[in-house]
Amino acid sequence: MSALLARLVAHRLFWPVVMLLVLFTINLIAFPGFFTVTVRDGHLFGSLIDILRNGAPTLIIAVGMTLVIATRGIDLSVGAVAAIAGAVACSIILGSPEPGSPATVAVAVTVALLISLVLGVWNGFLVAVLGIQPIIATLILMTAGRGVAMLITEGQILTVNSPPFKALGSGFWLGIPIAVIIAAVVFGVAALVTRRTALGMFIESVGINPEASRQAGVRARGLLFVVYTFSAFCAAIAGLILTANTAAADANNTGLFIELDAILAVVIGGTSLAGGRYSLVGTLVGALVIQTLVTTVYTVGIPPIATMVFKAAVVTIVCLLQSPTTADALSGFRRRLAVRAGKGVAAS
Amino acid sequence: MTKLLEAPERPIRTGGPVGPRPRAGLARSIRNLLTSPKYGPVTVTAVLFVAIFIIGGVRYRGFFSGQVFLNLLVDNSYLIVLAVGMTFVILTGGIDLSVGAVVALSGMIAASLLQTGWSPAAVIPLILVLTSVLGLLVGLMIHVFKVQPFIATLAAMFLARGLCYVISQNSISITDPTFVQLAVARIPLGGNLSITPSVIIALVVVAIAVWVLQATRFGRTVYAIGGGEQSGLLMGLPVARTKVLVYVISGFCSGLAGVLFTFYTLSGYPLTAIGTELDAIAAVVIGGTLLTGGYGFVLGSVLGVLVLGVIQTIITFEGTLSSWWTKIFIGALLLVFIILQKVLTARRR
Repeated sequence: MSALLARLVAHRLFWPVVMLLVLFTINLIAFPGFFTVTVRDGHLFGSLIDILRNGAPTLIIAVGMTLVIATRGIDLSVGAVAAIAGAVACSIILGSPEPGSPATVAVAVTVALLISLVLGVWNGFLVAVLGIQPIIATLILMTAGRGVAMLITEGQILTVNSPPFKALGSGFWLGIPIAVIIAAVVFGVAALVTRRTALGMFIESVGINPEASRQAGVRARGLLFVVYTFSAFCAAIAGLILTANTAAADANNTGLFIELDAILAVVIGGTSLAGGRYSLVGTLVGALVIQTLVTTVYTVGIPPIATMVFKAAVVTIVCLLQSPTTADALSGFRRRLAVRAGKGVAAS
Repeated sequence: MTKLLEAPERPIRTGGPVGPRPRAGLARSIRNLLTSPKYGPVTVTAVLFVAIFIIGGVRYRGFFSGQVFLNLLVDNSYLIVLAVGMTFVILTGGIDLSVGAVVALSGMIAASLLQTGWSPAAVIPLILVLTSVLGLLVGLMIHVFKVQPFIATLAAMFLARGLCYVISQNSISITDPTFVQLAVARIPLGGNLSITPSVIIALVVVAIAVWVLQATRFGRTVYAIGGGEQSGLLMGLPVARTKVLVYVISGFCSGLAGVLFTFYTLSGYPLTAIGTELDAIAAVVIGGTLLTGGYGFVLGSVLGVLVLGVIQTIITFEGTLSSWWTKIFIGALLLVFIILQKVLTARRR
């Protein structure tokens, strides 16, 4: 029994899941109907559905971020890429004669996603070919990207009136929010492609030791291109959902700080920022923890503005729990306990 | 292994192969200067600054004046202080993402405390102590708990931004007479030239930082950690203390920069200074500090701030260019300098 418990505690998803359960419990105490999911007008409604829907953009970006972090990289530019994607899509929809037709929206979304691929290749080029540290390489696009988005929107907030586009953010399909379906597809594809093929292992090997993996015949350069492009692609999808949610492209505020949320989700999920082993399920739990935290702050009645303080607390706690120093201290403590228990047995 | 062997000698070798050697031609010493990872980027930045200033002077009437130059210092005094703190952190190979949020936080603390009638003589020291303590906590988290600087300072950024909102969601204006006086005071320099007290404070900070980095044991240890932490440790340098202290310094500088920023804006606003950490990092990188640590100067970072400032000034003078071009230019410049660093360090290996 205790061996099972020890294995459970040692599992890397243990603390994130505990945190999620604690948050759920707090919510349940503050709001007894928290777990109720009802069907209204053929759509699912409830706090849990809200958490899933509002957390979808963060989750999508976090999935891309997980793969980037697994290669020992980081992508700070996702917020800016999200803003650019939203700006491109909105300006195309606004410029077309029929903003409401599905064809226009399809073109707008496709162009936005294609542009994000170019931005991803750019990041990949800086990291893989020029060998710039990922933090700095993506910092460039993070700084300049918002400027580019402002250039596309000409400094204005573009408001679009297009039902098909709006459906991306707030629509339902078979009763499930479309944003959640998109997030599930992105998550599923990433999980299948990296875990059912050797791709995931290659990515981890590049993160653990780039030089050794290169000598073992892994094409690190191509892999870096792939992960940064995928990350930008995810960012663009999230940007489109965020933009569609408000039906307005705001170059300054779309996806502001979302890179931080995404990185947090990955870190909470137990993927080390030093690269190597990654866990997409962990990222999923991490993204849910963050979104549930935000919801908790609302339901408990703390002013929502204080959310960032709580996020800071969560990051700090998670980092300290995962820190090797804490692990050493804990194992030392456990050993001392065991020794003491052993002595007790011997004495009796 | 080579890094480990050559690292300890880096901070000691001040002249290096760059100084004017006997019988070396001028062309050769210029080439040596430009290709040195230590002096190359900062020289390019200096040339760039002069070039941009001359281009501005040729293109726009009234640009080529002493006051335009002094205004670069006046408008960017807080950024200079921030860049000084950031230089210490980056020299050890770390990074501090919390500086922008800390600037906003110290502005909020100042504005709200002054509103309730505190004396500025108590408020300013309190802010500096608080931000230094925040820096200390970040430093301890990084050193003792081995959390990456990036993520630890990210947590500090969230905390500081969140506390801003907790203090107030709205802008609080400052009406305290001392602050107002410091904000409007001009120190005449003869002719029509004048500067503000903030500039003096910023320059004093720069002078102290230069002295600390170039002439104290602490400064050498900072360079040594950037050159190779392990070898610093093996040499018996106080690596732990120094690594924590650089974040305290960065926290202190952010607090001071926040105070200077409130002199400049006379208000506290929770959303202020978003993205300032990027400006500070960009200034330090453009100023020639190597992001991996070990090479760089405080004066280079000041030059970096001036380059950012002069670009901003040109965009203002141009009139037709929108302000978001600044971001694009800064991004492009950052890219150029990072590639330059890359090329220079690759040549030396």
